[in-house]
Amino acid sequence: MALGILAIGGYLPKARLQRIDIANANAWFNPALKGLANGERTMANWDEDSVTMAVEAGRDCLTGIDRNTVAGIYMASTSFPFQDRQNAGIVADALNLSTRIQTLDISSSQRAGSSALLTALQSVRSAEGPILVSASEKRRARAASPLELTTGDGAAAVLVGEGEPIAHYIGGHTEAVDFVDHYRGEGEAFDYNWEERWVRDEGYMKIAPNAINNLLDKVGVSAQDIDTFCFPVAMRRVASGLAHKIGIAEESVADNLQSSCGETGSAHALVLLVHALEQAKPGEKILVAGFGQGCDVLLFEATDAIKAVGNRLAISGHLANGRPENRYTRYLSFNNLLTMERGIRAEVDKQTGLSTLYRNKGMSQKLLGGQCSDCGTCQFPKSKICVNPGCGAIGSQADEPFADKAAKLNSYTADRLTYSPDPPTYFGMVQFEGGGRLMSDLTDIDPDVELEVGISMRMVFRVKDYDVLRGFRRYFWKATPQYDTH
Amino acid sequence: MASGIKDKVAILGMGCSKFGERWNDNAEDLMVEAYAEALEDSGIETNQIEAAWLGTAIEEQHVGKSGIPLAMALRLPYIPVTRVENFCASGTEAFRGAVYAVASGACDIALAVGVEKLKDTGYGGLPQRGRGSVNDLFWANASAPGSFAQLATAYSAKHNIPAGDLKRAMAHVSVKSHDNGSRNPKAHLRNKIDEDRVMNAPMIAEPLGLFDCCGVSDGAACAIVTLPDIARGLGKKDLVTVKALQLAVSNGTESQHNSWDGSYFATTRKAAERSYQEADITKPRDQISMCEVHDCFSITEVITMEDLYISPEGGAVKDIMDGFYDADGKVPCQIDGGLKCFGHPIGASGLRMIYEMYLQMNGRAGERQREQDPVLGMTHNLGGYPHQNVSSVTIVGREGA
Repeated sequence: MALGILAIGGYLPKARLQRIDIANANAWFNPALKGLANGERTMANWDEDSVTMAVEAGRDCLTGIDRNTVAGIYMASTSFPFQDRQNAGIVADALNLSTRIQTLDISSSQRAGSSALLTALQSVRSAEGPILVSASEKRRARAASPLELTTGDGAAAVLVGEGEPIAHYIGGHTEAVDFVDHYRGEGEAFDYNWEERWVRDEGYMKIAPNAINNLLDKVGVSAQDIDTFCFPVAMRRVASGLAHKIGIAEESVADNLQSSCGETGSAHALVLLVHALEQAKPGEKILVAGFGQGCDVLLFEATDAIKAVGNRLAISGHLANGRPENRYTRYLSFNNLLTMERGIRAEVDKQTGLSTLYRNKGMSQKLLGGQCSDCGTCQFPKSKICVNPGCGAIGSQADEPFADKAAKLNSYTADRLTYSPDPPTYFGMVQFEGGGRLMSDLTDIDPDVELEVGISMRMVFRVKDYDVLRGFRRYFWKATPQYDTH
Repeated sequence: MASGIKDKVAILGMGCSKFGERWNDNAEDLMVEAYAEALEDSGIETNQIEAAWLGTAIEEQHVGKSGIPLAMALRLPYIPVTRVENFCASGTEAFRGAVYAVASGACDIALAVGVEKLKDTGYGGLPQRGRGSVNDLFWANASAPGSFAQLATAYSAKHNIPAGDLKRAMAHVSVKSHDNGSRNPKAHLRNKIDEDRVMNAPMIAEPLGLFDCCGVSDGAACAIVTLPDIARGLGKKDLVTVKALQLAVSNGTESQHNSWDGSYFATTRKAAERSYQEADITKPRDQISMCEVHDCFSITEVITMEDLYISPEGGAVKDIMDGFYDADGKVPCQIDGGLKCFGHPIGASGLRMIYEMYLQMNGRAGERQREQDPVLGMTHNLGGYPHQNVSSVTIVGREGA
């Protein structure tokens, strides 16, 4: 059977911070930032992190796929919310995957995404089903740093396995070189960077060609036959310079999405790959690289199945689903780069009992409710006694997933009293098709667009509370207005 | 249905502290202030009290747990003292405990005290606290105003009442309560306001503005109850007796079952129906002389008037604008100023409401005394959220009425 990519998905946060606003705010300190001030970058909401974005990309990728068939989930990031708690396991729960799967976090390099993909392709033949690779990044950068302008937040996911792939895997190669262009030491929040010109000339331009040429030799494909070349680096003219050096046609160089998204760190190789596959035609060859202490390269060829890739947002859908954000201090606050006066209400202890969470994680992480086997009523949360006043059966409920149910907004408010990192707090009664309802937090609400009773809502997995005293965060689901799907 | 407690228990004495920002008083001081008044009113001694109930909801903020804080503050003589909590109905729950004890024959004289000391948080509004370890995993990050605000949109939609008309009626509710509160020396807020000021106030949770929300304050209230015969034996005349005490608590239907439309309080309707049955009231709009309802927010009062079956469903806005609930209207509502002007020291509020009914029936309500002799007075508490709450209805009145 053919090995390759079975499905793709993507996620970019809705807010798009305008780079000119970052540059203007910091021009007094570093006027040179103006040179990077074109376009916009994706900006995660306060309740998003690499796990929540990986979940969204994973949901998008698994559209129309039986989740019980998934045999593994590899998550790649250098901004995992947990150092010691498997982040892929949280994603697996939120995707309501079976427990009979392999979960794996892959980190510590900007090529974690491409390495995760390569590892999955190498191991999936011995797995019991396809492996979901989700790469996600919410990379912190110091205020007024170039990285703040060039990076973005986002995630992409691909399902790899055997069967009828949308892209056949031709081969891959890795050159491992401890070339330290930047690093983030233990306990450090931010990257330490070396001079860009050295990184370009000694790193990108020497290590990447070596890796690419080795792969092309190995699989017997000529550089001229590459239809799309994805090199996930923000720096200008690097990808085209590499293409020129290797012999890849200039028009084959993929847009690095610098103007519309920013470089999404270790997720960016997969972001570019997914974006390329969205536009690929059968027979086209896509070369994707990941750079960081060496270079991964993978080569794919789109198949006839690529024509049926639609019905998902992937990267293009999310690129089109943005909302311009001009409030730079909002970005600073969401990323803990600004000490805000949050008030005494923010001091409420957010401790999560780990036993409480484990006992209730079907509800809180998977959004499982119940359905009564006696009367058929669906409810959230699940309970021992059916909520239907005309039923009241005891112990009759089976797990009922609510995360992907169609829902409508019954009532809502914008609350300016309760503490929120992003006031006002929007919440309201969300009613699910087929029964069940939840007084739910709302998120990604556009303050310029009036909410209306009756609009379609979608549940999304988000950070519910940060426990700053203990370094924990708990996740739950929130409702957001349904995207326009294309 | 059981025969109920109508006329089985009489109020022997009541007291109420001044409500407000009592920066220099502990909860214990407030309890003693209310108790001293009640004790004097009752004409008995502390050692005649055989059992006591303490109602308080956010005890972590002041007295802590158990009945001990009440027993110690009042130096009660080693009698049973129980602390009760049931959200905003906590004060009424204390009253229910005392009244039921007397009605059952378990004791002759019982005490109910409600207290809350809220102004020690460092910020305005109700204390923000955890809601329970499992609830915190999935409950919306909701404040009280945000939760009650959603009634307004659902109510407008259901009864086809323009949001502006509803907001105007809500404003009238608050203006009326401030008019009443200005005549009450024990109220926290005693200023008069006008509708435009309410309509233009800063938004707290749309569409509830600052003046649509009741205040937060410190206070205590208390009642001493006994058998009617004992009250007469102690020289009391024109007894005020308990006619009905009912409570209804949400079971999850509103919050989890799609049958509730969000525009009314399912609990209040049940508690009201049972109260009228217990008190032999068939036409509440004609028979209830006055009421104190739980006006935590103006919209709550609007909708509650329908759920208590005084206004017809969808008709509260008209009644309110007609002045039906004004101090000189057919059924005055919050004649003492309500939660709006007293603030809402949670455990105290239910007893504070009964205190006003008791004063009015005894002709002791000062410059806000109702001219027409009140016969039946009703009080109502609503705790929690519209979709998940505790609702209590109490009816007191002249013995035999």
